This record gives sequence, structure tokens and C-alpha cells, in this order.
Amino acid sequence: MLNYVLARLLTFIPTFIGVTLVSFSFIRALPGDPIQVMAGERGISEERYAELAAQFGYDRPIYVQYWDYLTGVLQGDLGVSFVTKRPVWDEFFSLFPATLELSICAMIFAVALGLPAGVIAAVNRGKFFDRALMSTALVGYSMPIFWWALLLIIVFSGNLQWTPVSGRIGLQYYFPDPTGFMLIDSLASGQKGAFLSAVRHLILPTIVLGTIPLAVIARQTRSAMLEVLGEDYIRTARAKGLTPARINGIHALRNALIPVVTVIGLSVGTLLAGAILTETIFSWPGIGKWMVDSIFRRDYPVVQGGLLLVAVLVMVVNLIVDMLYGLINPKIRKR
Amino acid sequence: MSLLRIRNLSVEFATASGRFRAVDGVDQDVDEGEILAIVGESGSGKSVSMLAVMGLLPWTATVTADEVSFDGQDLLAMDAAARRKMIGKDLAMIFQEPMSSLNPCFTVGWQIREALRIHLGMGRRERQARAIELFEQVGIPDPEKRLGAFPHQLSGGMNQRVMIAMAIACKPKLLIADEPTTALDVTIQAQILDLLTALRDETGMGLVLITHDMGVVAETAERVSVQYAGQKIEEQRVGPLFRTPHHPYTAALLDALPERATEKHLPTIPGVVPGQFDRPEGCLFSPRCKFADAKCKAQVPPALGPDLGRARCFYPLNTDERVAS
Repeated sequence: MLNYVLARLLTFIPTFIGVTLVSFSFIRALPGDPIQVMAGERGISEERYAELAAQFGYDRPIYVQYWDYLTGVLQGDLGVSFVTKRPVWDEFFSLFPATLELSICAMIFAVALGLPAGVIAAVNRGKFFDRALMSTALVGYSMPIFWWALLLIIVFSGNLQWTPVSGRIGLQYYFPDPTGFMLIDSLASGQKGAFLSAVRHLILPTIVLGTIPLAVIARQTRSAMLEVLGEDYIRTARAKGLTPARINGIHALRNALIPVVTVIGLSVGTLLAGAILTETIFSWPGIGKWMVDSIFRRDYPVVQGGLLLVAVLVMVVNLIVDMLYGLINPKIRKR
Repeated sequence: MSLLRIRNLSVEFATASGRFRAVDGVDQDVDEGEILAIVGESGSGKSVSMLAVMGLLPWTATVTADEVSFDGQDLLAMDAAARRKMIGKDLAMIFQEPMSSLNPCFTVGWQIREALRIHLGMGRRERQARAIELFEQVGIPDPEKRLGAFPHQLSGGMNQRVMIAMAIACKPKLLIADEPTTALDVTIQAQILDLLTALRDETGMGLVLITHDMGVVAETAERVSVQYAGQKIEEQRVGPLFRTPHHPYTAALLDALPERATEKHLPTIPGVVPGQFDRPEGCLFSPRCKFADAKCKAQVPPALGPDLGRARCFYPLNTDERVAS
């Protein structure tokens, strides 16, 4: 197991370098640079521009800049935000809990609904429920996420006034946030109604962010279940006189989980990508919104650092998923 | 009163190309403590008829029968919940492929203890003790350690022993073994058959052995039922069947045994079992039968009396006088 993890960690190195290269060059490929953005519409004199460029090191050859950046990263230095002058590392970790909270809720939402839906669809294969569920899942998967968000806001926030439109908590609440997770902090603050307000703020972003993973998980669970239900050991389970609920929910689902866990792992990437849109629409102060803002500001260090941290996160999650396979199906452990 | 009593059982499958009759009007009786072998080629409906008794057929199958009763209870009138209480407990079944018949995600001990918990409601300690006892009974060495093993860590023979232990866990009155030795190598085959016979002697349960191997039949069975293309075509006690088969198909099967071959080439039965589209008008075996004449091809032969093994044939073999047709 240890050897396996080490081997996997080695494969991180090329991915890691690739991500730094891509993030470094993409943000520079965009027209404009941080100095121009800062100068705004008034513009800036040639001399002042050259002075600032020299100050930030943008006058040097591009490969020198990249080398500087890479050696910095390897020493744990992601640079300082151009705009706020705070270290990228600090900014990331002050905003990350918000994204993590939202992502976890979205994932719970997707798994809690997607797994049972997939199982029920597989068991009732070809019947009305199966067809209805699978077409809904297809719609959910194909729907543009920003449009779906706006639709929900119009109905639930606009017409019905059930949920707030944006933010993480009502403005009347103020309390320290030691964990950065609003649900925990609001509960710890002991303020009346704070927790409920945090929950209400979470509902719509959770649904929006969780919709695509939900659709993918439901469809994957269904097809994995269909395959497993034809296996000999399911016949054995039936010959033991077990109830259908036990056969489907324990004997079949455990075997069907492997491909489902794979898509859950892959969904983490989708989730972080989706967080960018979702957080922007709901003004959710997480890393998604932070990155979008930084791209508009051409805040090179933030975009580079943020992308890198997100990429590392996705790689680590997928490594954990691979290790989970062995836990679910001991037969895979041998390999 | 027999333990398992089947009258006029038919099973039809709805397929994309129409209905297919896999079992066609089969009668079967199994007494307590008896070993009945059901023999036939692939596609003769021997497994399907027993799966129908267990209620394990897929939803595409339609089961009709005049009577299917087990231990005095009518299985046809029984609802699914009542049947679940019975199968796995009084009526158990083991299958052909032991490696794929056990769930790869759970230890074999877990799978056995599950049966004990569901049907007998035993406590944790009791289950563990009984599982160890069962493993000893089916000849698995070092049972405490093996209970913690996963199916992929055991050999095919061991897994079949696990399947048997699981099937006899609740002391069933009847065990149906569907080609239990086909996937195993020859030395292990003999061990498993000995085990099944020994367990029958010990517990007095009935045993239905589904097989296509006449060698297995000779070694193990007491009574033999020969099936062909979904019909039961002959039934005799094992001794008389081997000495004086009445149906030409049975005789041809016996001739094809390597042990009985007298010539250099092993005799074979030409052709294959008729399928969905080439089902003959008259006797189902007539296209492959060397004795068949125009009558055989035109009319369906009725089953003869018990003295002639209930053979479905106009011209049964090994009789002193031909039955008048």
C-alpha cells in the first residue's frame, strides 16, 4: 500500500509542473496585464509603466519569470497578490472553507439523492420511474449551470421569497469565525436564528452546484447496479431467501459502488469548476469567486497559485478515491 | 407423501423472437432422504425446472403447473414473503460456479452468518459457533481463520464447500445441487459428491442433483430422471436405468460413456437439442433417433407405465414384448 501511494505521488510531479506551466502561460496570454488594469481608463505614461514593470519583474524574459515562480512554489512561496498585497497562500486558506463547505454540502446532496435514485431505477428497469428518472438526470446534466441558478433564484428567491439571493448569512448576524465554516461558526456563536440563516443561504447554491454530480451519480449507479444484478452471487443471495431491499441495498450496491466512487472522485474536479460559476452568481465568498475576480484584475500570482492549489486538491482526492476501492472490494486490494 | 411434488410444470420465456418453452409438462417427486439425479444435455430444462421451484427465474419467465408442493405446502399459492421464509431455510440450492456464486465484497463467514441471522435469528456468538461447526462439517480445515477469508482467497473446491455449508446452515429438508461439480477438477469433484452424500446420510435431507455427467449419476444417485428438450422422457432407479434403459435417448447417452465404449471411436448422438424454431411435430427426439419412423415424426408419444420407466416412446427398448401401438 505504501509503495502504491509513493508511486502515485511520483506521478504527481509531471502533472504539477504541467499545471504551473499552463496557469503561468494562460493568464499571460490574456490581453492586458496587472499594471494596465490598475491604471484603469486614464492610462499610464510609458516611463511610469516601465518603472512599475521593472519593480514587479515583468520586464525580464518570460522563462526567467517562470523559473522564479517555479522555484518559489517549490519553497512554499506562492507569491503575493498584486491587488491586496497579501500572500496568495493566506488568501486561499481564508476563503477555502467557504468553498469547501459549499462543495461538501453539494456532494452530500448529490450522493444522498443520486445513489438511491440510481438503485431504484435499476431495480425498476424499463418502468415509468426508471424512464422518468433517467430523462430528468439527462436534463440535469445538460442544463447550463448559470441558467439553472438564475431559474431557481427567480422562483424560490423572487416569486416565493423562501431563500435569500446571495451571501453566506444574513447581515444582522456578526460573530467570530474560527473554523471558517458558516454552519459550525453560526451554531457556535449561539446567536438566535444564525444557524437557520446560514442553512437558508446554503440551499440554492448547494442544489445548483450538486445538480450535475447528482445526475452523473444517479446514471452511473443505475448502470453499475444493472450489471451487478445479473451476477451469480445475486442469485445466491435470492436463494438464501433475503428480502429484495437487502439484496439490492447490501449485496448488489456494495459491488456497484466501485464505478460510482470513481465518478464521485472525478466529480470533485467538476465541483470546483462549478464552484466558480455558482459562487459568482450567489456572491459566495469562496475561492471560485476569488479566482474569477483575480482573472479580471490580471492578478497573476493569485490565478497561478489558486489554480495550482485546486489542481493539487483534485489529485489528492483522486488518490484517496483509488485507495477507497480496496476498502470497498477486497479483490482489488491484491493488485 | 413426497417431500417435493411437481405435476405438469411448464416454464416459458418471453424472448425477442417469441415465446420459448424451456420446460414442458414435467412431473417430479422427491422423497425425504432420497437422492434424485436429473440428467440431460444443456438446454434440456433441468436447471430451469428447479429454479422455478425455488422462485429464482427472471421476470421474463412464466411458470404454470397443476401442482408444485414442498413439505405439504403449495408453492404456487404462496406469496413472495412466505416463500422467502422457506427458501434458504427448508429448501436450499447450490450452483455450478462456486467462484462467482459468492459475493466478492464480503467474507465467507459474513455470508454464512447472514443466513443464520435471517432465518434462525441467532445471536452473534451463536452464529459464530454454528459457522465454525458448519465449516468443520463440510471439511474446511482451520475454520476460524477461513471464516475471515474472502471468496477470491479460496480455491473453487473450497468455495463450493462454503456454498454447501451456507446451504445446509439452516438444516434444509431438501438441497438442490445444480451441477455442483462441473466447474471443478476431477479429484475435487469426487470429494464434493462424497461430501453431499455423507451430508444426506447425516441429516436425512433430500438431494436433487442436476448434472449432465452420467458418471456422477452412477456414483451418487438413487433414482434418475432423464430430461430432453424440456420434457421428462424416462425415470428409473439407478441400477435398472443403467442395465435396461427404455428410451432410445437414455440408451444413446449411456453408449456415449467412455467406460462403456467397445469400439475405437466413442459413439455420439448426432445433432443437437431442438431449439425455439426447429421443434419437431412428433417425438422431440425423433430427428436424432436411429429407431424413429414416420409415426414418431408425426405423433407425440405418451408416457408409458412405471414398469417401462414412464418412457415417452412408441418403441421402448429392453422390453420382452413390444408395446402395442
